[in-house]
Amino acid sequence: MAIHRVGVAVFVLVATAILAAESEPNQVESEKLQDVSGEAVFSDAEGGFKTGDGASITVPGQAEAPPHPVETGQADSAGRRVSIEVGSDRVKQPVADEELENLQAEFDLQDAPQQSEPVPTPRDHFAEELVIRPLLSGDIYTSFQFRTRWDTDLHRGKKVSHYRLFPKSLGQVISKFSVRELHISFTQGFWRTAQWGQPLLSAPPGAELWVWFQDSVADVDGAWRELTSVLSGIFCASLNFIDSTNTVQPSASFKPMGLGNVTEQRFLRYAVLPREIVCTENLTPWKKLLPCESQAGLAVLLKSEKLFHSSYHSQAVHIRPVCKDTACRETSWELSQTLGIVFDLHASGQSKREWSLFKMFSRTLTEPCPLASSSKVYVDVTDNPLGEELFDLSPAVSLQTQAVVLGDRRTFTVYDLLTPEPYGPTRSLNILLKWRQQDSVDMQRPVLHTERYVSGYGLQTGEINTLLYNSHPFRAFPVLLMETVPWYLRLYIHTLTVQSKGKENKPSYIHYLPSKDRQRPHLLEMLVQLPPHSVTKVTVQFERALLKWTEYTPDPNHGFYVSSSVVSAMVPSVVAMDTNSTEGRPLFTTLFHSTEESSYFMRVYSEPLLVNLPTPDFSMPYNVICLTCTVVAVGYGSLYNLLTRTFQVEEPSGGLTKRLANVIRRLRGVPAL
Amino acid sequence: MGLLSDPNRRRALTSLVTRLNTPLCVLCYLVGVSWVMGLAFEPFMLRTYMSENAMGSTMVEEKFVFGERAISYTREFAGQKKKTGGMPVDWLVKTMKSRGLEVYTQSFSQILPFPDEVKERYMVRGTNVYGILRAPRGPRTESIVLSAPCSEGNNNNQAVGLLLAVASHFRSQIYWAKDIIFLVNEHDLIGMEAWLEAYHDVNMTGLRSSPMQGRAGAIQAALSLELSSDVITSMDVALEGLNGQLPNLDLVNLFYAFCQKTGVLCTIQGKLQRNDWDTLPGYTHSLSTMLLMVLKQGSGRPQGDHGLFLRYHIEAVTMRGINSFRQYKFDMTTVGKLIEGMFRKLNNLLERFHQSYFFYLMPSLTRFVSIGYYMPAFGFLALILVLRALDLWVQLSDPARALEDGVSEGEQDSSPSLLSLATPVIICHLTGLALYILPVLSQEMAIQHFPVSETEAVVLTAIAIYVAGLALPHNTHRVLSGAGTERGWRSLKLFSLLYLAVLLGCTTLINFSLGFILAVTMIPVTAFIQPHTSSKVLHGVALILVSPATTLLLSIYLYHELIEYPVSLLECWQHFLTAVSQGILDHHLYGSLLYPLIALFIYPCWLQFWNIVFWK
Repeated sequence: MAIHRVGVAVFVLVATAILAAESEPNQVESEKLQDVSGEAVFSDAEGGFKTGDGASITVPGQAEAPPHPVETGQADSAGRRVSIEVGSDRVKQPVADEELENLQAEFDLQDAPQQSEPVPTPRDHFAEELVIRPLLSGDIYTSFQFRTRWDTDLHRGKKVSHYRLFPKSLGQVISKFSVRELHISFTQGFWRTAQWGQPLLSAPPGAELWVWFQDSVADVDGAWRELTSVLSGIFCASLNFIDSTNTVQPSASFKPMGLGNVTEQRFLRYAVLPREIVCTENLTPWKKLLPCESQAGLAVLLKSEKLFHSSYHSQAVHIRPVCKDTACRETSWELSQTLGIVFDLHASGQSKREWSLFKMFSRTLTEPCPLASSSKVYVDVTDNPLGEELFDLSPAVSLQTQAVVLGDRRTFTVYDLLTPEPYGPTRSLNILLKWRQQDSVDMQRPVLHTERYVSGYGLQTGEINTLLYNSHPFRAFPVLLMETVPWYLRLYIHTLTVQSKGKENKPSYIHYLPSKDRQRPHLLEMLVQLPPHSVTKVTVQFERALLKWTEYTPDPNHGFYVSSSVVSAMVPSVVAMDTNSTEGRPLFTTLFHSTEESSYFMRVYSEPLLVNLPTPDFSMPYNVICLTCTVVAVGYGSLYNLLTRTFQVEEPSGGLTKRLANVIRRLRGVPAL
Repeated sequence: MGLLSDPNRRRALTSLVTRLNTPLCVLCYLVGVSWVMGLAFEPFMLRTYMSENAMGSTMVEEKFVFGERAISYTREFAGQKKKTGGMPVDWLVKTMKSRGLEVYTQSFSQILPFPDEVKERYMVRGTNVYGILRAPRGPRTESIVLSAPCSEGNNNNQAVGLLLAVASHFRSQIYWAKDIIFLVNEHDLIGMEAWLEAYHDVNMTGLRSSPMQGRAGAIQAALSLELSSDVITSMDVALEGLNGQLPNLDLVNLFYAFCQKTGVLCTIQGKLQRNDWDTLPGYTHSLSTMLLMVLKQGSGRPQGDHGLFLRYHIEAVTMRGINSFRQYKFDMTTVGKLIEGMFRKLNNLLERFHQSYFFYLMPSLTRFVSIGYYMPAFGFLALILVLRALDLWVQLSDPARALEDGVSEGEQDSSPSLLSLATPVIICHLTGLALYILPVLSQEMAIQHFPVSETEAVVLTAIAIYVAGLALPHNTHRVLSGAGTERGWRSLKLFSLLYLAVLLGCTTLINFSLGFILAVTMIPVTAFIQPHTSSKVLHGVALILVSPATTLLLSIYLYHELIEYPVSLLECWQHFLTAVSQGILDHHLYGSLLYPLIALFIYPCWLQFWNIVFWK
């Protein structure tokens, strides 16, 4: 991959094939997928891209659909996301022909509950699960996922009025605004990649919303405006602050995650509100979307007083169309609600280092949600192999499963809440994790990670620096970097530099849409190849604009936020990096260049930035008015007087007596003196 | 303007200005000086108050109880420091990591332009260690800094110990909204400069440093801690930063508020507050406190590690623990509580400090003089220059009047050529340029020819150039236009007076103290010197007495008088030499502007006046 020609690399996130739970791994017809994957990131129309200094970069290679028949395996029954990497560089990668597809499923559940009874299956399903991953720093990461699937079509003119599990508020939104895909996340805190590894689902601090509309929508901007207002009401968030000044249409960074063959970017809208504070008022409406709300099942754990006593809180809603069955002739709607929390070891004042459900949530589990067709708790025990245990897990259950998560093969202990086994004699499940070691172990640094900061001082200019770390020892990989910068930071795009290891690293694709004052932000997307074991620094200078005085926020000296930059990448997996792990595996597995886990799709968000703009002293207008009036009255008045006055010799007129005498004389009819 | 448009009234006004010029000038000077003296009188001062709403009250429950732990960290740190013979980087990294911080190191190296004999360093190589406490659910956009220097010997060990104890206490709290950076910097100011430059990714001083790995957004405020004993009797706060910049007054108020709350005695300029403002000792006390601040601010030197933060618009103060012979002592727990309280308040900051004053003088911790009160004093002094310039202008534009005034003038000479005026000005400025460049540049040559060290070479070269400037061929106008004409020196003096007024005005706006010190010394003499043949020597001596170098010497003397540590003249001379070398070093290491200002502008301007004295 080190010689991978990035221009030809095509990332496609393909619609996943959600399969009926009972079906065997199946093959989706390649034509169907071709539709989806045929839309390459680089279309011919955009063959040449203007860079800042006027030179144009032509995307190397053919920007055509991959010539190879794309075959894809089945996803997974839980199938959250399937990514396919299509490498079409025939010369450099002969092996890639067979190994084009790379599917990764976040949770590979082989044994879903059997639903193949002859009784007519309900048209909607609900499944819930909780993944607990002890982090090596001693903290603990819990990730809830609630998924509702509904086999109906909300768009084809049919008026759907009967809602069972699927929340009506969202269903109506989908049909009214012809939404094809909707992703919304509310995050409080920043995921500490260096300490915690990769999250299962990444999200930027604040609120993020991206929506694909149906191609039948004529006025996308109007629909987007209304949609944000409606969502703002549903989630009790300030999404109504999304307007044209912070909305962009990414050309390459965001692709549909569900089924569908429209990848035209004009139907895509993306916005981030980095300032959004997430708290209980956002959690409550989110919980209300669940079929059992927080009355039963895993959702009983979601008590806000504990959830917000954490280091990281990220809740999200994803709606997308998926295949109804293997034939994929009809679509269903999938709503997945996710919630990720990291509990802090130090802040909870633990000396013994033990975590339990009760300690984390002040609740235990007693029953699954009765409406759920699946309800499970997974505990990641990968770092806890037999023999050298890092922690003790109780109650112990025998059921274990393996899944490939973000390029890493991980082992989970499974508690199936639909069976009585995990509850034990006390009729309640309180999973307990007790660390054996007292010291924190350093986490392996993730392969890709970013850092971002503003450099320079003073209130006139500055520089936005984005550092992209590739810590893979020998593989280079391309990443798509997307930066959205508000208009009041005037980017000098000619100062854009990309440097790796002290040398210039020319991006093979740059898409830059300059800002318009008070209308739209800067959008900068570029495809950068990250050399192995390197830091790539992307810098661009900016000038701070002076706003109109009504445009300042109520707290202007706090600074203005610049939203996180988005890095999307096909990252070589950690498993492939570890050459020693071939032991115990059949030898033939190493013959192929790319193994199952060779690379995986990942999206990383950088820190948002806080930039101070030149701010007037707002008590100043009074002073300024006073001063200006004085200057005008005194200075200008007398200067004007001097300039316009005509000097003439004046006869000395008499005093008061003379004037009086004149008046009398006039009365008497005598000529004046 | 209306006044001027009437020829009669204008004539009256100009005659008033010219006739009463000298009394007016004397009056202005007296008013200006006594105005400043009056500022230290308590009824004329404002009481400090908290402007920032987020800082309103001190209602914080301090829970820091780990004073003992701080002392044990101190012992361990001292041991490790002795073992490694410098900064115990590994130990600090390990300790901070085990407290749950994200720890990073930054190594730097700097070669000084010439050896620093006070701190005995030339090639500096060091490492800063800093740990970041990430705010729970914070997006890494804002941070606060607590720093402690790792100094030579046993200094400031307690500061590092307390920093670690505070860090581990802070780590277990959930309420932080801003990241907190705990920084231990090596080589005091050089390390701090290196860290700040790396954090903001700028390079102004030619430092070489490793790229910085971890950052925590925009720094909102910083506290620098200096503690060298396990118990303290009082806490001193140092405000003056680089180039006389001051932190926002609210930060000082915050410090004072929490000192009051925890009961710690607090001082400014090492002086406690007195309540007897209406007595003479009370007045002189607050006057000397204020003058100390003026002298320190005027020196443009950072009075602690905090001083370098101010350039980046980060409000910062240095808190210095003092252990004197006073009976009542405060332990580490109290100091820790003081820091905790301040940090929790800083944590509440919604906006950067912007409400309160940035320009002020402090005669005591509860009283301050704002810019609006002290600027008139300078205004009166500057008025002298303007009045004299006006007088000269009138004389120049109306030679008959000049004749009336009794100044002998043989013939009506034509206005002096530009060349005869520009030449002395250019020569003076070239001398200034030489003073700025040559000392550092020619140190190599100097040590080859004279038995002196590099530092002495630099200082002595500077003094030599300074003195040589006096002997330069100033009377070029004689060569150019025959003889020194009356109009010639008047024009030159008019130009010099206005030049000085502009220079001092600009300086005062940025650094009041410096501008005021220069104004109060230079203005009276420069305003009245004339090229008299009779009293040439007298004028010359007076001018030398107010030259920038003499002012520096006298300031040093006054400073030592004020801190009640009088020095003899010889010691004063030693201090003077050190001050010159430190001033040059400050310029090269931190970008202090005092030396270039003096060398490139003030000194040449003064030379022009020197030129006028010897015009004939």
